[in-house]
Amino acid sequence: MPASPEPSTTADGRKIGGVIMEMKNITLRFGGVTAIKDISFDIREGEVRAIIGPNGAGKSSMLNVINGFYHPQEGEVWFRGARRGPMKPYEIARQGIARTFQNIALFKGMSTLDNIMTGRLIHMDTGILSQALWKGRAEAEEIENRERVERIIDFLEIQNIRKTPVGSLPYGLQKRVELGRALAMDPELLLLDEPMAGMNVEEKEDMSRFILDVNDEFGTTIALIEHDMGVVMDISDRVVVMDYGAKIGDGTPDEVRRNQQVIDAYLGVSHD
Amino acid sequence: MIYREVGDFKTTYRDDGQTFPIKFDRLRYYVVLAVAFCIVPFIVNDYWTNAVLLPFLIYAIAAIGLNILTGYCGQVSLGTGGFMAVGAYSCYKLMTGFPDLNIVFCVILSGGITALVGMLFGLPSLRIKGFYLAVATLAAQFFLVWLFNKVSWFYNYSASGQINAPERTILGVPITGAGTTAPVTYLFCLVFVVVLAILARNLTRGHLGRSWMAIRDMDIAAEIIGVNPLKAKLTAFGISSFYIGIAGALLFAVYLGAVEVGEVFGIQKSFLVLFMIIIGGLGSIFGSFAGAAFMVLLPVFLKNVLVGGLGWPTDIATHVEFAIVGALIVVFLILEPHGLAQLWKIIKEKLRLWPFPH
Repeated sequence: MPASPEPSTTADGRKIGGVIMEMKNITLRFGGVTAIKDISFDIREGEVRAIIGPNGAGKSSMLNVINGFYHPQEGEVWFRGARRGPMKPYEIARQGIARTFQNIALFKGMSTLDNIMTGRLIHMDTGILSQALWKGRAEAEEIENRERVERIIDFLEIQNIRKTPVGSLPYGLQKRVELGRALAMDPELLLLDEPMAGMNVEEKEDMSRFILDVNDEFGTTIALIEHDMGVVMDISDRVVVMDYGAKIGDGTPDEVRRNQQVIDAYLGVSHD
Repeated sequence: MIYREVGDFKTTYRDDGQTFPIKFDRLRYYVVLAVAFCIVPFIVNDYWTNAVLLPFLIYAIAAIGLNILTGYCGQVSLGTGGFMAVGAYSCYKLMTGFPDLNIVFCVILSGGITALVGMLFGLPSLRIKGFYLAVATLAAQFFLVWLFNKVSWFYNYSASGQINAPERTILGVPITGAGTTAPVTYLFCLVFVVVLAILARNLTRGHLGRSWMAIRDMDIAAEIIGVNPLKAKLTAFGISSFYIGIAGALLFAVYLGAVEVGEVFGIQKSFLVLFMIIIGGLGSIFGSFAGAAFMVLLPVFLKNVLVGGLGWPTDIATHVEFAIVGALIVVFLILEPHGLAQLWKIIKEKLRLWPFPH
């Protein structure tokens, strides 16, 4: 593993630590289709890292590699200084990697509170018997985790929908509940797949605020995919740009904005 | 007007998480328990116990069991009859093999054995889902019935192929066999029902229950928050089969006394319990009781009306009864697809506001 870059501090005073996750020469194929071609990049502790690119560039596939849905044919994934072997998604979740989905993946039959409580599952371990008896350890554990969840509910300003079934909530709130569920896991690394897709300006502003607050207050490292360039350039510390499965740019928002390849990929280029 | 949560403020998460958050509900629950334990045993006769109460209580246990698997964890099972047979035959082998073993332990151990068998047949659920899993459990149903028919060790090589419950007593009072009395069998089953229902409620409200519901609602998202699908599904199969096994053991030992596997634990039993939870409400403990009551009471009620009230011949009444029960199920599912539990919830919502419309 290469020497970590020195910890630094951003302009707004957040601490960026060493490399928490490193992708080395990842190649992912589905049959004859190569979704990701030999991509390497790292994510540093405490930063907001964006992955952008046109549709079909392989961004979501990259997140799926990070949280273990896909296993790349070539390349290595390093997390917290150790090379990660093939692991199941639930094992990766227990390592401290949480995620939200592009299409909301909430548990529709459950209330907001219960949905966010599911995020605490990895921190709850009373056995079947004490669960069945309830009084005592199971109840104490439940209350302890409920307090944690209530803090997240306060943080996301969704107190009034605590007991509402999530299926009946409007889209923007569902996205917020999903973020809450991921936060309840107390993740070290939070992956957000298009957290602002389909939102109006106000909802986007709210969501950006929550993402920045999460990063700032909980010190959570965030990797996000987003199509709204204004948002991406505003909230992220560094940006990876993908196109047709390959990495075409990597750096601060300013560097990426000036990168000719990136401009070509987004605006198109004439082939004459 | 009494049915309000207004003024009943919760100041701790413990209070907020209780089973019956509204005072009136809590009161009603204790009243029902008091009536069931203190009044009913003194007024029941043999007819009421055998036609209504025992089947209701026993099927309620089976329905809770299947509801844990299907309603909470989303795994469809058509093997209920087969698993009940496992419970019944385990109980028989335990009763005859260890005559000194208390009947309570026989029943609980039968549940444990059924849990192991259930987990074994639950293994395919890791690979297959939905209808395909239903077909796989159907295979369990037919295999288990065939097994108990073919292997005569299970019925102690009796000539008839039947199993008969020997007499077992608690403190000298016969629980199984010929000498039982209605109040005793009723109370014996009632204790099992109440304890098992409370345990089920606790299991489904904690983190285990949430991991089941997460698997049911969206298995991919469940994995991403750290639910091990293997563990969640197998615990659901195990606990569900534990309940169903106990129901089978009680059905055989306490209620019927003598059982022939193909007749009692055939595929129709699987469907009966499945109907109960669909009509009662998937993912609801109350729904399991409501569904069991509906399916047990309705035929008895219809028979009393048709034969007793209208004076029809019994054979015609029986056939018409089938038709009416079937039609009612269809009508009911169209009107309220989420079952009696949902209906109950709507009534409660309305009651909270009554007499005002909003």
